[in-house]
Amino acid sequence: MGKKIIAVILFVLVPLSFAFAAQQDYPLPNPKDIMARPPFPKQDQGLWPCSQCHAAMPVNYKIRKLTEMHQDVVLKHMPGGWCFDCHNPTNRDTLKLITGQTVSFDQSYLVCAQCHGFIFKEWKAGLHGKRTGMWNGEKKYFQCINCHWPHDPKFKSIKPFPAPLRPSDIK
Amino acid sequence: MKDKDEKKIEKRELKINRRALLKGALAGAATTMLPLNRADASFSDFWESFFQKHFREMSDAEKKKVVERLEREYEQKYKKAIKIGIEPAMPGVLFGYGLDLSRCIGCRTCVYACVKENNQSRDPQVQWIQVLRFKHGELMHWEKADKYYDPKLVPEPGYFYMPVACQQCENPPCVRACPTQATWKEPDGIVVVDYNWCIGCRYCMAACPYGARHFNWAEPGIKSEDINPNTHYLGNRPRYKGVVEKCTFCVQRTRKGRYTACVEACPVGARKFGNLLDPKSEIRYAMEHKRTFRLKDELNTHPKFFYFFDFEAGERFTG
Repeated sequence: MGKKIIAVILFVLVPLSFAFAAQQDYPLPNPKDIMARPPFPKQDQGLWPCSQCHAAMPVNYKIRKLTEMHQDVVLKHMPGGWCFDCHNPTNRDTLKLITGQTVSFDQSYLVCAQCHGFIFKEWKAGLHGKRTGMWNGEKKYFQCINCHWPHDPKFKSIKPFPAPLRPSDIK
Repeated sequence: MKDKDEKKIEKRELKINRRALLKGALAGAATTMLPLNRADASFSDFWESFFQKHFREMSDAEKKKVVERLEREYEQKYKKAIKIGIEPAMPGVLFGYGLDLSRCIGCRTCVYACVKENNQSRDPQVQWIQVLRFKHGELMHWEKADKYYDPKLVPEPGYFYMPVACQQCENPPCVRACPTQATWKEPDGIVVVDYNWCIGCRYCMAACPYGARHFNWAEPGIKSEDINPNTHYLGNRPRYKGVVEKCTFCVQRTRKGRYTACVEACPVGARKFGNLLDPKSEIRYAMEHKRTFRLKDELNTHPKFFYFFDFEAGERFTG
């Protein structure tokens, strides 16, 4: 009996306690502290809401190259993926999770968090990404899509600011 | 009797003469000591600036008086109202900084944001942040680091970048080197310089192992429209020729609770700032979850600037 209890403690309770200790959850930042999402491409040209065109169009699940519209959207994020992995086919003005749950475009970080859970945790903890405002108070959390274009999220190379003057170049 | 009277008169004359002499000597000495660039300031202003007490020994009223005089001087010089703050350190705060080397792309956005915020001289050029470029695998080979890299695009494959500014040491060698106590460590951990007490001997620059202090070899060249008018006495107020300056963690912003200018400028979010004494701050998260290191740790300077590599982003370097 005593051996059994020790075995239970060793093989069940000890790993469980580690598992619970490792699970440290960070709450979502206050919605008003999250920066507004950037405007959609060509939003000012009337390409929003999406449903104004798409409501009357059939849903096409076939993976293909877009030629008539949205040519600027080339999916380099998840090769082999398609629009409806993230976009909601039944209500085009929203996104959806793998579970089928509808998510508004303002909360697109929940879609990203499905795969990038560790980065999502660090974003909530205040490490991944960027914040502006007060270090000890109200701040603005940049959303995923404020920095990463979701269809091709890798950062692009940019032009650096000029190098400092070499001592030999000082007149 | 007559002799005595004459002697008295002589003595009196001597006394008067001595007083006149002293007065003349003082006035003469004062005019020779009057720096040329401040010759148009009033005599009382000059007198006060010459006998200004050490900042830490001044009462709040005295600090206010000094600030008013300096604001008057700056307005005359730059034709612009410049506000000088004297906010003290917040209690229970020790500032710390984190920098994610695996995310920095070496674009120097922080360098120029800092120049703008902290009123550094544009010509001659003074920059508090220096971005060093290292080849992969050559971290700590400082002799091979290059700060004059100038490619068309960054990041370049095969390199990584390390911005270096003042490390805000807990045991700062520069403070011990200063012969006039013009530089010291504030209670919130920021090492500051009093530009009115600095004599420009540059001992602190020789003592600093990070090359983080910069000297104004000439009158700082900055247009008055470029001046950021929100300043702090110990931070970004305009400097003089012949004084040393350095990063102050944007004391004029951080003591009001704001992030530093470089944190807000970084386009990749590589810079983290917060209170080391607050277990929930982002800098503490970085220290507890990332492999942080401090620059030249072996020198016992105890920097409060923590560099780290985020293994999640390590993939960037494989390309």
